[in-house]
Amino acid sequence: MKYMLMFTATKDGQRQWESLPEEKRSAEYARIGEWFGRNGPKIVDGYELQSDQAATTVRFDSGKPVVTDGPFLEAKETIAGYAIVDVADLDEALVLAKTWPTGGTVEVRPVIERQGPPARG
Amino acid sequence: MGNFDLAEELVQEAVLEAIEHWPKTGIPDRPGAWLFTTARRKAIDQARRDVRYQAKLVLLEGAALNLDSAEGDDRLRLIFTCCHPALSREAQLALTLRAVAGLTTSEIARAFITSEATVAQRIVRAKRKIVDAGIPYRIPQDADLAERLQEVLAVLYLMFNEGYLATAGEAATRRDLAEDAAWLAGLLVRLMPGEPEALGLLALMRLHLARTEARFGADGELVLLQHQDRSRWDRDRIASASALLDRAAGLRRPGPYQLQAAIAATHAEASSWEETDWNEVLALYEALIRITPSPVVRLNRAIARRHVAGAGAALAEVDATAPELASYYLFHATRAELLRELGRAPEAREALERALALTQNPAERALLERRLASQE
Repeated sequence: MKYMLMFTATKDGQRQWESLPEEKRSAEYARIGEWFGRNGPKIVDGYELQSDQAATTVRFDSGKPVVTDGPFLEAKETIAGYAIVDVADLDEALVLAKTWPTGGTVEVRPVIERQGPPARG
Repeated sequence: MGNFDLAEELVQEAVLEAIEHWPKTGIPDRPGAWLFTTARRKAIDQARRDVRYQAKLVLLEGAALNLDSAEGDDRLRLIFTCCHPALSREAQLALTLRAVAGLTTSEIARAFITSEATVAQRIVRAKRKIVDAGIPYRIPQDADLAERLQEVLAVLYLMFNEGYLATAGEAATRRDLAEDAAWLAGLLVRLMPGEPEALGLLALMRLHLARTEARFGADGELVLLQHQDRSRWDRDRIASASALLDRAAGLRRPGPYQLQAAIAATHAEASSWEETDWNEVLALYEALIRITPSPVVRLNRAIARRHVAGAGAALAEVDATAPELASYYLFHATRAELLRELGRAPEAREALERALALTQNPAERALLERRLASQE
């Protein structure tokens, strides 16, 4: 089964992350890189996202797209990155989530896999 | 994923079989595999009304020992799936009672004083989550086992307390969840005989159940441990719990359930409240606090401290839990006792009133009101 691991952080947490001294931040990136390396065979895809200050939202108001600045969710937490993993079951996905090195919160959700031609190339 | 549904279906068949055959044939000489869970449960309900209950119980306990390993593994898979941490507590409880203990949705609804529709919906949602989220139907792997067993034990202990803490008036109309939980803990011990905390939990439940008869007075009022008629305690159950604790101790992996059971056993072995080995109780609480430093455990340790070092020392310890427990009625009820003993009557009265404002449980309220009246 495929799962999406959503790595979330509070907005405060993300600001702290951005203001970390360069060497500490590279140490953290090294741990994340190590996690991706170790779990390589199970990882289908994954990216870190720019902060929500870089987000732009397209909202459909009465069917018409309106472009606005900022994230669409007014939440305390924000998605900092994600990984799509392909594992046997939830327990295996949870093992991956529990070993995520930087803390914060990891939401684990099954991906719906459609029969027939894939949605992307 | 279909395995979960299948396992549950098999249990349901066992119930039907038991209901159809038992009244006609009585307990078979060589009870089949279906006796281990639901059918045994139903059998015990029936046997309870029977004068030969004890003899039959022994027969059924014996039958359970013959559980072969494939069936045992299947039961364990079912238990671990029902108590998976990805399910909510409510769903874990309902699913375990339904699929492992074989209760009907209406029995579960009555036990939790909620509607049958609510329970049915909870179970449907939980099953859907098991399938959609890919919760595996298997015994957790070694690395996860300890943590997952903790989850199972927590579900069973919560179930037990839900039943045990019901008041006398409610108890007449509620299903005895405490007995169901103890039966499930017994099943777990048979399936995982090398797990000391499972043994500890079962011992703890049996020690509490041994006091059932003495917990309520003639008018259904709650009688605290301190004032219980100890001749009404079930000595056989206490002895069986002590044997379980000895087995657990032999495995040399202490844990919170074993320690709580050891505390309950120390009380059970004392001929009176005054004769209790308070030094032992205090030492056990110290050990428990090292593992689970919760404020409620600290409050209980303070009560033991009162008997070893006096009310003044105990009050200081109780007061230290104020930041966490200020809205817990037992915090104020305990303070009231200690303040009264120290001759600080007005403060004791005030503490009792605060305790009374913080509990809705009728039996507890009645007890506090009696104390308040006796202080006039």
